[in-house]
Amino acid sequence: MTDAELSDLVARSLYAVAPDIEGEPIDPNKSFRAQFEIDSIDFLNFVISLHQATGVEILERDYPDLQTLSGAVAFLRQRLP
Amino acid sequence: MIEFKMPSLGADMEAATLVEWFKQPGDRVERGDIIALVETQKGAIEIEVFNEGVIGEQRVQPGRKVPVGTVLATILSPAKEPPSRPAATTTEAIEPKAPERRVSIGETPALAAPPRLRITPAARRRSADLGISPERLSPGPDGIIGLEQVPSGVEREPGLERAPRSRGAGLDLDEMRKAIGAAMVRSHRDIPHYWVVHAIDATPVFEWLEKQNALRPIERRLLYVAPLMRAVALAMKQVPELNGHYEEGVFRPSPAVHMGLATALRGGGLIAPAIRDADSKSVDELMSAIADLVPRARLGRLRSSEMTDGTVTLSNLGEGNADSVFPLIYPPQVAIVGCGAATLRPWIAGDVVAVRRVVHVTLGGDHRVSHGRHAAQFLTRLSELLAHPEAL
Repeated sequence: MTDAELSDLVARSLYAVAPDIEGEPIDPNKSFRAQFEIDSIDFLNFVISLHQATGVEILERDYPDLQTLSGAVAFLRQRLP
Repeated sequence: MIEFKMPSLGADMEAATLVEWFKQPGDRVERGDIIALVETQKGAIEIEVFNEGVIGEQRVQPGRKVPVGTVLATILSPAKEPPSRPAATTTEAIEPKAPERRVSIGETPALAAPPRLRITPAARRRSADLGISPERLSPGPDGIIGLEQVPSGVEREPGLERAPRSRGAGLDLDEMRKAIGAAMVRSHRDIPHYWVVHAIDATPVFEWLEKQNALRPIERRLLYVAPLMRAVALAMKQVPELNGHYEEGVFRPSPAVHMGLATALRGGGLIAPAIRDADSKSVDELMSAIADLVPRARLGRLRSSEMTDGTVTLSNLGEGNADSVFPLIYPPQVAIVGCGAATLRPWIAGDVVAVRRVVHVTLGGDHRVSHGRHAAQFLTRLSELLAHPEAL
């Protein structure tokens, strides 16, 4: 997958768990929490959604890498075959 | 025949708008079935029926705003023949008695097909809050109106009515803030509050969570709030003076703990829908219930029982937040539990100073029903329970 496709996938996962922000532009380097008040429950649902969309195993210690759009794209690029 | 009435979904609800019928005349219903969607100050609420039977006549049509207590439909006993569909002339809604303020709900904007405007739900809500018609906003570079395109200032365009609300949005934050404000005024005026705070070492819970989550597939991982809620529910069982409803001078303790969970909404607003029988749900069941409830609360899709059943409320500030909170009780409840962020602190363990994850738990109680001693009993029990999360 290209970075653009990964970026779309991450954005779709975020919108899926927080439909009230659907379509909002996402600043790639700002944390989801700071931009959209994403809390721990939203974040867990987001990580589950990423896992289900890609099959990538995500451990709790990976969570800090997934706080931003650019971080999540880099993480998935590295883990996807 | 049973008259199915517009329920009161909170201390301050006077009226609500029927948005949609999910059951039609002749349809069988059972206790707990969702039969209609209504829009209140706290969002769109799915209304459940508490009787078994067959829908008779629908007396209120979608789009009508009616006061609490208005008969919405009749429900016939299951043995009776299903009725014929009522004539349209008999379905006249009862008009609200008071003149409607600001929001014109009567003209069913929800059901008319609006011109398709490419605007995000959050931007639509903010523009409605500001009294700006979305048609007057310029889309961003991608052709979509997002939050960026809505002025963040508070200046309201004069002479413009609030934008009609779309069905899907469900939440009117402005109205919700008013409803919360009214409930809190009542709480502060009527309830003689007291607060007792206790610092609890929650390190065992976090260590237990880390071990559990390392073993669990991602879909089954737990958040701290789940064992916390379990412990609060169990501790509540020990102190009946803190769990129930106080109405018309009488306290009715509740045998079960239906736990309201204070949930912040993006853009402001707060709602505390209840998880029923929290005391008899396992940590895993509570986690599933919370993961289901919180997104629905944010979308304004709660059920009527979730709005009214709470017997006590948990307000957990969450990570990265302030150390402690002194919340107001949500009437007719008689207690509220406020948890600050669990943060690393110096802590005396035995005769050494250790670094521990400490949470300040506040019990706010109603002095008409309970006293500091009850609060202390609760907090002591909670502290014991959190020391052994594996036993929760």
